[in-house]
Amino acid sequence: MNAGSTARTLLAPVVLGAAAIALWQLLVVAFQVEPFLVPSPSGIAGAFADTASGIMEASLATGLNALIGLLIGAVLGIFVAIIANALTFLDRMLVPLVAALAVIPIVALAPIFYAMFGAAAETGRQLVAAVAVFVPMYLNTLHGLRQVEPVHRDLMRSYAATKEQTNRMLLIPGAIPYVLTGLKIGSSLAVISALIAEYFGGPAKGLGRAITSSAAASNYTVAWAYVLGAVLLGTVFYGVTAALESFSHRHRSGT
Amino acid sequence: MTAKPVAVTVTNVDKIFRSRKGAEVHALSDVSLEVAAGEFISLIGPSGCGKSTLMRLVADLDGITSGEITVFGKTPEKARKDQDYGIAFQQAGLLPWRSVRANIELPLEIHGWEPRDRKERSDELLELIGLADFADHKPDQLSGGMKQRVAIARSLAERPRLLLMDEPFGALDEITREHMQNELVALCQETGAAVIFVTHSIPEAVFLSDRVVVMSPRPGRITEVIDLDFSSRDEELREDAAFYEGVTAVRNALHGGETAGARGVENR
Repeated sequence: MNAGSTARTLLAPVVLGAAAIALWQLLVVAFQVEPFLVPSPSGIAGAFADTASGIMEASLATGLNALIGLLIGAVLGIFVAIIANALTFLDRMLVPLVAALAVIPIVALAPIFYAMFGAAAETGRQLVAAVAVFVPMYLNTLHGLRQVEPVHRDLMRSYAATKEQTNRMLLIPGAIPYVLTGLKIGSSLAVISALIAEYFGGPAKGLGRAITSSAAASNYTVAWAYVLGAVLLGTVFYGVTAALESFSHRHRSGT
Repeated sequence: MTAKPVAVTVTNVDKIFRSRKGAEVHALSDVSLEVAAGEFISLIGPSGCGKSTLMRLVADLDGITSGEITVFGKTPEKARKDQDYGIAFQQAGLLPWRSVRANIELPLEIHGWEPRDRKERSDELLELIGLADFADHKPDQLSGGMKQRVAIARSLAERPRLLLMDEPFGALDEITREHMQNELVALCQETGAAVIFVTHSIPEAVFLSDRVVVMSPRPGRITEVIDLDFSSRDEELREDAAFYEGVTAVRNALHGGETAGARGVENR
């Protein structure tokens, strides 16, 4: 991709976004829309600047929960997938369990975890994120481990390679692009889950709590400012994992 | 029969593939063959004649249905576990995340060679295939011919006494292919390894082989074995009358009575 086309691909969404915000501002001002319905972008920006330190603090709290959840879910998902790939019977046992896990609205587990670990502890919120991340990590890793070319399988057999060697030298390196795609999907899920989990009570100090308490206190513009903080936090998580994925892709194709 | 020690014996081997639905494919029927140490044997025949299957049985990549195969006097399984053969396929089958050097060293790494010995051996092999300057490149940066050279270097890594090659030049263009054939001849003279070479190119089989084993399909069986005795294998041989006689002999054997059976064989 050359510099010109990079600029174009960046420019188009920026222009669209700016136009949308300008239109939003125009409509709010023109029709004198009340802030509890929709605050103006300039109002949100002002509130964002005023509460910047509070938003930062809340983002760090939620972000840390999301990060710990992401790591636990990722490690667990990769590990279980490797075991399931090696032991076919285990995989067959896990299929319905993972399917069930995938359809549970995972944040609904938050009150249960709060009962188990106490609502004041962050453990429950981290676990909610971890469970949410586990599913795409497990499925993507397992899929990646199975993308083995027959010629490579023949080769490892001809070398009389052990299962451990085949895993380490062939299957796991081959699955890495799929693992990173899983991580990219999981990163957004981790942030959303950690944030929503805060809605279910407990003296949390994260973004979710700040949004609900601001809204409850009729500080709608401030609530929106915290939502903007949540968007930025999610973008950071997604951006970092997406960059990791594309770096590995470029590194691998050797260009 | 040759007085040389024997590398591979295949005695009355049958191979039947059963699909899950119970359908049977008789891939090989009553196949017997003996390969002497250091001998170059080509298996040639139309698609479905079982030439690749026969090679895979010797490599213990598939199991035989009945009959017996020995590799240096052992079962194919024992020979595989003892690393008595090197193998190369039509696809180079390099691992894309490993450098050229690391790909060549893969079997050495699996078999617990020390890093220093691995490097020494891969240096030799890179020199041998003329890719020393590409040691740190990734496979995606190489041409098809270069990838195949790396795959062949990898098959030679542990100095096997037997090389199994399943259409290793099948995906290459004609010019690269002749060049690779010349290199393979030189390699074999150097290493003294026996070779079982699967191909569907008549000139390729004639140019490379001490004996060409002609096979026919449904069920796969050996129809004729043609001895070739060239004093030297170089570029001049390709223009030699003896070479054309060999080509004609193999072609006649392939067409032998049932012309339909020879479909799918390339006459290039």
